[in-house]
Formats: sequence, C-alpha cells, structure tokens
Amino acid sequence: MKALSQRRRHPLAAVALLLLGLLVTGGLYAVANGANQAQAATTTYTAEDVSEGEKLFVANCATCHGIEASGTENGPSLVGVGAASVDFQVGTGRMPMAMQGPQAQEKPVQFNEEQTAELAAYVSSLGAGPSVPDSEYLEPDTSDEEASANGGELFRVNCAMCHNAAAAGGALTRGKFAPSLDGVSEKHIYEAMATGPQNMPVFNDTNITPDEKQDIITFLKDIETSGSPGGAQLGSLGPVSEGLFIWTAGLGIIIAFTIWLTSRSS
Amino acid sequence: MGDHSHGSPNTSGTVATAGQGDEEKFQNPGLPPHRPRLADTNPRAEKRAERQVASLFIVSIIGTIVFFIGYFSIHLDDASIAELRLQNILLGLGTAFAMLGIGVGIVHWAKTLMPDHEITEERHEIRPEEDRVIAEKMVGDIIEETGIKRRPLIRNTLLGAMVLAPLPAIAVFRDLGPLPGDTLRHTMWEAGTRLVRDPSGTAIKAADVTVGSAFHVIPNGLKDLPEHKLEEKAKAVVLLMRLNPEDLNPSPGREDWAVDGIVAYSKICTHVGCPVALYEQQTHHLLCPCHQSTFDVTQECKVIFGPAGHALPQLPIAVDDEGYLIATSDFKEPVGPSYWERG
Repeated sequence: MKALSQRRRHPLAAVALLLLGLLVTGGLYAVANGANQAQAATTTYTAEDVSEGEKLFVANCATCHGIEASGTENGPSLVGVGAASVDFQVGTGRMPMAMQGPQAQEKPVQFNEEQTAELAAYVSSLGAGPSVPDSEYLEPDTSDEEASANGGELFRVNCAMCHNAAAAGGALTRGKFAPSLDGVSEKHIYEAMATGPQNMPVFNDTNITPDEKQDIITFLKDIETSGSPGGAQLGSLGPVSEGLFIWTAGLGIIIAFTIWLTSRSS
Repeated sequence: MGDHSHGSPNTSGTVATAGQGDEEKFQNPGLPPHRPRLADTNPRAEKRAERQVASLFIVSIIGTIVFFIGYFSIHLDDASIAELRLQNILLGLGTAFAMLGIGVGIVHWAKTLMPDHEITEERHEIRPEEDRVIAEKMVGDIIEETGIKRRPLIRNTLLGAMVLAPLPAIAVFRDLGPLPGDTLRHTMWEAGTRLVRDPSGTAIKAADVTVGSAFHVIPNGLKDLPEHKLEEKAKAVVLLMRLNPEDLNPSPGREDWAVDGIVAYSKICTHVGCPVALYEQQTHHLLCPCHQSTFDVTQECKVIFGPAGHALPQLPIAVDDEGYLIATSDFKEPVGPSYWERG
C-alpha cells in the first residue's frame, strides 16, 4: 500500500486510474446489460398455460379469429401478434368485441389476469411477437424531469397528432378515434406502442427504444398528476370546446348586457 | 330642440311635402306618455338606487385593490405554476371588476336616478341647392386663398414631393426579404441523404421498419444546420410507413421509389400545410388533423376526402451499403400547398 501511495504522483498515474475506471464502468455496464437481456427473455409460459389458453381461445375467440387463430373474414390472423397484443386487447376489455364496428372499444374486462396470461401464452406459441414488457420499464419516476421532458418531445413528434398534445384523444376517419390516455395503465401504454392495436401504427423497439417508451410513460403520468397550468382545461380539446364555450357563454353575456342596457328601469 | 309637449313631427316641412300627394294612411301616434320610475316617486326606492350605484363603484375599487394584491404579493421570479395561475386570475378578475363596476354603476345611475324625460330634436330642413352653392364657394375660396393657381413653383414642387414621398416604402418592403425564388421547389433532401428519426437524429435501417410501423423522419444533417433549421424542417419532414408490398400500387416510373413496401411521403398537407401524420395502419389512410383531408397510401397518397388540392409528394428511397435508408433524390414536385407559380 505504501508503495502505491508513493507512486501516486507518477506521470502515468492519471492514465492508469482512467483506464481502471473505464474498465470497471464498462464491465459493470456489460453485466447490467446482460442481466436486462436475460430478464427480457424470461417471460416464458408453461405448456399447461398454452393448453389452457387454447381451450379458452377455442371457446371465446375462434368464432372470429378462426381455429388456430389463422383468421377469418371477421377477424385477423393472430399468428405472430405476440403476447403483448393479447395482454393489451384482452386486458383492456377490447377483446372479445361486443359487436363488429369501426373499432373495438374499451369495456369491462371479460377474463381475469390468469386467463389473460393463458390466452397470451397460447397466441405467443403460434408465432414470435412482442412479449409482455418487463416491469422495469413500467415504473415511471415522475420526479425525473429530464425523462419527462424527453418523453414529452417524443410524444409530440410520434403520438400527439392522433392522441392530442394533452393526451386527451381525438377523432380519426369514419367513426374511428384515438382514445384518451388519461388513466391508462403503464403496461397497456407500453403494449399499445409495441403492438399497434387496431389502426394505431407500430412503434417497435428500434423506432422508440424501451427506455424512450418509459420516458413517454413518465411524461403521460406526469401530466396526469401535475394538473393544468393554464386554468380550466375544458377537456383539453383545443379550439372545439374553447370556441364552443366562448361563443355560447361569451356571446350570452354580451347579449344579456345589451338587453339590460336598453331596458327601461322600473 | 324642445321637449315633448312642444315638438310634433308633423310640423317638419319634409314630412309634410312627402305626404302631400296622397291621403295620410297612418296617424302619427307621437311619443308614449311619460311614465315616472319607482325612484322618481318613492324616496326609499331613490335611496336604494343610490346605494346600489355606490356599491357598484365600491366593487370597482375592490377590483383595483385585488389587482394590486395579485401584482405585488406574487413575484414572477420565484413563483410556482400554481401561484402564477393564481396571479393571472387575480389580475384578470381585478381588472374586469374595476372596469365593469364603473361601467355598470354609471349605466345604473343614468337609468334609475338621472332625469329621463323624452327630448325631441327636429331634423334640419334640407336645402340642397343652397348647401351645394355654399360648399362650392368654400372650395373656391380655399383654392383662391392658397394661391395654388398663381404660384406654379409651389404647385410643382408639392407634386414632386408627393410623388417621391412613398418611394421609401418600396425600399422598406423590399427589405422584408428576397423573393422566394425557387426555394419552394426544393428541400434538403438530395440523392444519398440518410433518413433519420425525429427528434433523435439517428439513422434508420430498412430492417427496423416492420409492417405497420410509422416513423417520423427528418433529413440527416438538419439538426446541424447553423440557421433556418425550422424553415428547412417545415419543408423536409417525412412520414415513413411500411405496408405489405402487394398493397402498394405504384404508377409507372415510381416502381423503385419504395423499399420492400417501405414508402416515404411528405408530411406537409397540400391544403394549407398542416402536418399530415394521423396514419391508420389498417385502412392505410393518412388524415390531416386541420381540415380532415384524407390521403390513401395505397394509391400514392391520392386525396380521397377533404379540401387538399393534390396528392402528397412521395420521396424516392433506397437502401445504402450499410442497410440504412437513403433518399435517391429530392421530392419530384414542390411540397405543401399550391401557390401561384406551381402550375
């Protein structure tokens, strides 16, 4: 130890220290990264899950999606849509659909978590697809302002045109709409980005990386809890609700004043 | 001017002249009888009205005080968003009530307490010929007194000054900028420019774009521009989508503009230039959020609904040696709304 401390003023000491530091951080990063990948692959299902899922599928889904999920004219093939897709569609109650329509709508969930997982197991056994996300990406830290700001920028570029800048949702063509994201769970937001349910485009992990997806979730949870800085939101629908308000309430007040101005005092 | 008891519309010369030809069909009812107000007859009502007016003025005073409380008690530099919102409300409501209190108070005062007897003002008789002669004489006098006819030196220098005076405006308006020239026809895209993600600026591999994906794309190098970044971005933004190749129906000459079903279209609406980015991945429709123009990606973004004038321009793309997507040229037509010289 003494020999080491004597050499701390050696001209190459700084270089040696730097190399050591780089080695340690690099090594740690490699280990951590490897752990992440290992975790991502561990969402496996047992054979029992798959067979239970198949029974549920044949009983509840095969009418539209066909035996072995190969698709009919009433429903698309589910080969390769992945477990995330099933978890989103069934977990938000969109599937099974109540009736054919422009788009499947959110409604009370029909299957419990275990059944949903079994269905997901069966569908993911038919072909590779996005799996249910790791919980590490689903714990947004809304106090992390940098993540929230980055998520906000990504949201405005990729999502805001349909879902509205305040995530209040918006209309699409022929009865379809992008739903409001207020109160949607972290897992379902992530799965929607990864799978592109219905008419939503797919934002796969090469387009928006899992970390960026988490930033977007952080932003959404942040605006959900931080309230409106600009006063009454009126549904955050922009000129539609604001215009309606000022044309009715504002003009109403002006008309009331005009009537009062010209009326005779009793 | 006189009050109701003296004035009578029928004494007006013009009305009499107009009515001379035929029998008068409608009797002029005159003004309704004067009806005294409550405050005119009842001293207690008068007192009450007085108090109402005074309290409206006090409302105005309170409004001004509220304004200054909001103005001085919340400091801009260390206020949270909630405090700023509170300050906005206080300033707004304070000013509103300060103004409204005075206005409403004065009107209420006039309506309840000030005298309200009717007054009639008779119309002047119209004397067209006389008036015209007087006006003519005034103009003649002005010309005569300025002496503009007798002093050609003054007249000519005045004319010269007035012709020259607007010329600086030409110089000033010219400084608003050079004419756009052909900049509306060109964007940053050129052969070999990589397609990169907005906002991160990372290049996109063709293999990254799975079927159903939509990427928001800017040209490589946009983020490093020293100036006019937003102007260039406003022209060059592109939406990248991947469809099944059999869903695309490229017209002759456009067969090699797509890569395995990956197509890139300008995001600028051809109506008034909003970003068209609402992509429905099942119907392959692109919807503009401003005026609902709808473009069909399977028909080279032809307009199928709404006010847009022409199809969205397509960016021809290819893959470079390293597998990244690149443009093979600029757009073949100007992006965005039509303009006069577009043809």
